[in-house]
Amino acid sequence: MGFKNKHIISIDELSKEDVLKILSTAAELEKDQRPVLDGKVLATLFFEPSTRTRLSHEAAMLQLGGRVLGFADPSATSGKKGETLQDTIRMADQYADIIVMRHYMEGAARAASEVSKVPIINGGDGANQHPTQTLLDLYSIQKTQKKLDGLKIAMVGDLKYGRTVHSLAKGLSNFDCELMFVAPEELQMPKYVLHFLDENKIKYSFHKKIEEVIDEVDILYMTRIQQERFIDLNEYEKVKDVYILKKEMLINCKKNMKILHPLPRVNEIEYAVDETPHAYYFEQAGNGVPVRQAIFCLVLGVKK
Amino acid sequence: MNQKREVKIQAIENGIVIDHITPEHTMDVVKILNLTGEKILIGMNLFSEKMGKKGIIKLDDKKLADEELNKIALVSPKATITHIENFEVIKKLKVEVPDEFIGIARCPNPKCVTTLQPIKTHFYTMKKEPMMLKCKYCEKVFDKVSI
Repeated sequence: MGFKNKHIISIDELSKEDVLKILSTAAELEKDQRPVLDGKVLATLFFEPSTRTRLSHEAAMLQLGGRVLGFADPSATSGKKGETLQDTIRMADQYADIIVMRHYMEGAARAASEVSKVPIINGGDGANQHPTQTLLDLYSIQKTQKKLDGLKIAMVGDLKYGRTVHSLAKGLSNFDCELMFVAPEELQMPKYVLHFLDENKIKYSFHKKIEEVIDEVDILYMTRIQQERFIDLNEYEKVKDVYILKKEMLINCKKNMKILHPLPRVNEIEYAVDETPHAYYFEQAGNGVPVRQAIFCLVLGVKK
Repeated sequence: MNQKREVKIQAIENGIVIDHITPEHTMDVVKILNLTGEKILIGMNLFSEKMGKKGIIKLDDKKLADEELNKIALVSPKATITHIENFEVIKKLKVEVPDEFIGIARCPNPKCVTTLQPIKTHFYTMKKEPMMLKCKYCEKVFDKVSI
């Protein structure tokens, strides 16, 4: 893809080359923080709350010399007066060079991209896509493992409703890797993701416990199991402590193994794990800044 | 004794016959083709050897392009189209499932942006038989959509 003026809506639309370009640009920018975005304006349009994603995008822009405007509270917008989403975008694109948006409706970023005169970056649309999260996850994996091919990656917890794991599985299908899905039966990876992996000839397996995989994986991607996802609360009670990562589980794991989590972390990773060299979830969040800077620079044509 | 079951419907001189319509979707076909003001004969829940039951629509004095007619594949992928001129059949073909459907069906996903915003729906045909449609916006795949 030539990136200039492109919208970043869905991980499905990024080829392997696109992903690698974004990651290599992010690595370059981590070492060179000159104000290459001086004079550029980012609009952050958050129709749904998100502190982390919004602040990460804003930091990315500000640190490279750009400026930010926008809203984080949809009640402050003309949406309340009945203005359509597309009209809001048609207004916002007059004031900014690039827009990052988060919306509770699935497909909102796509709808915005159809009317916007400036690039739209999807900061999350309902349970659908959050491509920059996937890209920072891939960047974290590449940074810690020095490669993206030939890895064993386990995803743990709520794989059925987890937008990040669906997207990460799809992003990883560009590379030669083996996936292990660790979850209770009712929260296993949905069929449409498995179908996608089959089409891309990615090997995967299903597991009931973290202990079954932890000693052989390079990456352990943890997600939270939420009580509200269970129809039968007895089932939740049975599994709620099975998918908690404890420090003693790490005794025989690989030296290079890193633990990732999209955050916020509640109780699924014990605090004692934070002190181990395997904990990488906070650095992972920090990687969001160079990755988002890379996206801004590529779509604004500042980097090629 | 076997009784031959016949349906007697008036022949049309010039027009189109849409046959083998999935019976519960006969009126959806009328809606999809936006048939208002035309002379239409509609048969619903008629006997069909192939399907058990079927719907038929006869359009008098009406021309529709194949592209337009193929939209009915959304609800009736097994329908057949016969073009009539001077009471003679000049062309008969099966409906072809198009690669996309724009502005016809509703997305079943209540969280899709098309349900709350004035945006035309757009589905890509991922598979023709059985039909699997992917919403361009919410990216979910469905085997059934409503009009």
